[in-house]
Amino acid sequence: MSAASTIRIIGHRAINAVWRIGMASRFFIYTLLYSGSSFRRFHLTIKELFSTGVMSLIIIIVAGLFVGMVLGLQGYETLKRYGSESALGTMVALSLVRELGPVVAALLFASRAGSAMTAEIGLMKATEQISAMEMMAVNPIARIVAPRFWAGVISMPLLAAMFSAVGVFGGYLVGVVQIGVDEGSFWSQMQSAVDFRDDILNGVIKSFVFGVVVTLIALFEGYDAPPTAEGVSGATTRTVVTSSLAILMLDFVLTAIMFRGN
Amino acid sequence: MERTTLDLWVGMFVVAGIAALVMLAMKVGNLGTYNVSDAYQVQAYFNNIGGLKTKASIKSAGVVVGRVTGITLDTERYEAKVEMSLDRRYQFPKDTFANILTSGLLGEQYIGLMPGGDSEMLKNGGVIKKTQSAVVLEDLIGKFIYNKADSPAK
Repeated sequence: MSAASTIRIIGHRAINAVWRIGMASRFFIYTLLYSGSSFRRFHLTIKELFSTGVMSLIIIIVAGLFVGMVLGLQGYETLKRYGSESALGTMVALSLVRELGPVVAALLFASRAGSAMTAEIGLMKATEQISAMEMMAVNPIARIVAPRFWAGVISMPLLAAMFSAVGVFGGYLVGVVQIGVDEGSFWSQMQSAVDFRDDILNGVIKSFVFGVVVTLIALFEGYDAPPTAEGVSGATTRTVVTSSLAILMLDFVLTAIMFRGN
Repeated sequence: MERTTLDLWVGMFVVAGIAALVMLAMKVGNLGTYNVSDAYQVQAYFNNIGGLKTKASIKSAGVVVGRVTGITLDTERYEAKVEMSLDRRYQFPKDTFANILTSGLLGEQYIGLMPGGDSEMLKNGGVIKKTQSAVVLEDLIGKFIYNKADSPAK
């Protein structure tokens, strides 16, 4: 392969990437423009809330419980060396509320609900249901995409909050009930260290941003998928990979903005 | 699925999410006010409270008997005024001695109560007169160096 063709491939890839970003932004703006009907006919959104939010509950709660329990166990082992086991509650709560709650919940959400959204819309496209809608003068963005988008955006912060709450409970189970850290100092140090605005609200903002990004990626990949079996499977994979990377990178940016200097 | 069942599930989901948020705010965060169910309030003045924080524990003989509920600077005496809420089950004599202590070398600070011998007990709103301030490490080092410099060279 000559050097020129290698450079040509790189150029092609770059143009493709920029083109896709532009398409995704246009898609995002269209979704926002046509989302009026997803609130006027709210049952469409409720149906999607069920399949994205309610169906993700079990995995979120179980994962949250175990993440909290591991945090309790590992945190205790580390804090014990410095004789500050009583700070266990602070450690568990801060790491869950600030980072692990929003991030892990978003990762789970991307693989549980995001991939399903992509596959569903991709298959709708492959079986020409979307073209049929356009033929009937039904706007597929307003009818299919916008309700899913708002369902994802609404359910993500709620799922992250549940993840954090269950995780704190898991840390309590291991730290206080099993190991025997003083219950009073577990809760009181946690309460004096966790600030509502700085920690909890910032965590909610984070999970809201992740909700927008994950849902948008999932919907765009589905809408943009080549209408073949192979295309849908590739789009589903890309959803999970892209949104996981986006979550982790955005998390760094958001953390740098929110918690710098604290 | 039936529409009402769907509504029910989604409603439960939203309520559970909001409940989790409220629980985080109240129980994990500092939005909820901490109140011991059956408690009485006592005050104490300290020259220096060191790193004592509100909600720090109050111990007597190692047993947690209450919490610090408020720390303010009394501008009449220029001393720290520490409000404590103690469990009603534990009564202390009037001449109880309040100490600011540290659990472990780097641990949190708490107030230790040493009961005196008075026959009268502390009442709600009472003031602990005998207090000892927190040990500030810098002062301690300063004293040590001062003593060293004072002692004749050998």
